[in-house]
Amino acid sequence: MAAEMIVAIQKSFPGRFSLDLSFRMALDKPAVLILFGPSGSGKTTVLRCLAGLEWPERGQIQFRGDTWLDTKSGVRVPPQRRRIGFMSQDYALFPTHSVEGNIAFGLSDLGAEERRRRVAEVVSLLQLQGAEALKPNQLSGGQQQRVALARAIARRPQLLLLDEPLSALDLPTRSKLCGELRALLKHSGIPSVVVTHDWAEALALGDQMVVINEGHVLQGGAPQEVFSRPLNADVARIVGVETVVRGRVIESSGGLVTVDVAGTKLTALGAEETGPDLFVCIRAEDVVLEPLGVGATSARNHLAGTVREVHAMGALVHVGIDCGFPLSALVTRSAVEDLRLSLGTPVVAAIKAGALHLIPRHDGR
Amino acid sequence: MNWLAIGVTVKLATLTSLILVAIGLPLAYWLSFSRWRWKFLVESVVALPLVLPPTVLGFYILVAIGPHSPIGRSYAALVGHSLPFTFEGLLFASILYSLPFAVQPFASVFGQVDRRLIEASWTLGQSRLKTFVKLIVPLSAAGIVTGAVLSFAHTLGEFGVVLMVGGNIEGVTRTVSIDIYDEVQSLNYAGAAKTALFLLVISYAVLLGVYAMNRKVWAVWPQK
Repeated sequence: MAAEMIVAIQKSFPGRFSLDLSFRMALDKPAVLILFGPSGSGKTTVLRCLAGLEWPERGQIQFRGDTWLDTKSGVRVPPQRRRIGFMSQDYALFPTHSVEGNIAFGLSDLGAEERRRRVAEVVSLLQLQGAEALKPNQLSGGQQQRVALARAIARRPQLLLLDEPLSALDLPTRSKLCGELRALLKHSGIPSVVVTHDWAEALALGDQMVVINEGHVLQGGAPQEVFSRPLNADVARIVGVETVVRGRVIESSGGLVTVDVAGTKLTALGAEETGPDLFVCIRAEDVVLEPLGVGATSARNHLAGTVREVHAMGALVHVGIDCGFPLSALVTRSAVEDLRLSLGTPVVAAIKAGALHLIPRHDGR
Repeated sequence: MNWLAIGVTVKLATLTSLILVAIGLPLAYWLSFSRWRWKFLVESVVALPLVLPPTVLGFYILVAIGPHSPIGRSYAALVGHSLPFTFEGLLFASILYSLPFAVQPFASVFGQVDRRLIEASWTLGQSRLKTFVKLIVPLSAAGIVTGAVLSFAHTLGEFGVVLMVGGNIEGVTRTVSIDIYDEVQSLNYAGAAKTALFLLVISYAVLLGVYAMNRKVWAVWPQK
């Protein structure tokens, strides 16, 4: 009996795209698999197929040697018999039931004593003491999320499926609960599949990651690996590498590659032969902004440019710079104030050679 | 006031309303959640009593349960007497006549239940039946009460169907509305007025209850 989950499904969405993907998830040790992709990419559909709430036209799903779905032999195990915990994006708490009633809802086959014990256990695990008698509409967003999680894990499922578990929360709560969720998933030891479009969440929660776009798997691997080494430009754009520009190799020596991007020469590390045409990917966090005339630093690339766009994203500010090509930088608010950045300000963008990620391209342009 | 007629009417309305809850809930559940493409055929049949003249409906029911139809014959063979002009026959007709008044509010309130709540219940291992009893019914309580009360009130006031199927047998099938008609026919306006007022007050009180409940005026009260 293989300790893994094998998924291969096809489903068409007329007028949009066809979902056609397959992946495997190892279950021999508790792991969190991230389904990552932009909204509308089909990742939620995949999760719902795993839950048995949606049926693909063709395909199969095997879990630890059990067949949950096989369209060839007509096997369709309903959600009730998959022993899963499922949490939808909006939590779907039962408004007619108290917190305790919600958590105990799926425990009706247990005896009263065991049920009480199990509810008390998850209530304390998720720090919901004192809220047991409240109705969902009397809870904060963070508490609702905890109740939904408590309800999902109370039945001790063999697989936990979470759809955008943190997206309904405000930003400060989200980062706080992200750490808690990680700890909970590790502590519970239940293999989990988490859908998200937030790369910070993916990095924080995931052991493995599958990048999905328009119904297809683009890349799989450890999240850090995928984020720092996207296989192609599509993955790079989806995983949030802010700058993806076309370049051409003009010189390669001693492990360093000089790339021409729209007339600007950039120095990058290039270990293997990539061919002359490539995409240059730069994560916005890796771009350092300096005032004009600082002189030499350890960074290999100093690009003079003009600020074209400034907009705040939480504690950070996204700065768009025109330096012959559009470049995105992510800096702190205080940096924006110190450098007096506003539209039209001349700046120098410094990027270390190692922060340029080169991806071969074959589009011939 | 004809208390015997009032007794028959209240008994008929109560039984009709109870039986309609029993058969209307599964029927409405099916109408709300089935994806059968010919579902609208059944929906139209359920709604038919809303537009059909009661005499027409009554005529067909009378024929259907009469001694010349298979239904009428098998009932007579089974029970020993035929259905027309009995309380059971009247009850059968009332159930058909009030069907849309129960099924439509039920189906409408089931349709408002968030699918995601139902799916959450399924993923928590609850069968469709358990999900219905533990989740959908509590969520739909207001609509279920509305349907039960409306079918009760509608049966209270039925006339044409009763006349066609039940006839006018004192203490068995003579309902309040028939009694009022009889009083007016015999020019006893005072007797008719009393019974009519009684029916008006009961019907108004029932509808007041339903509308007050559905307006959720109590929502402004502090929660317990």
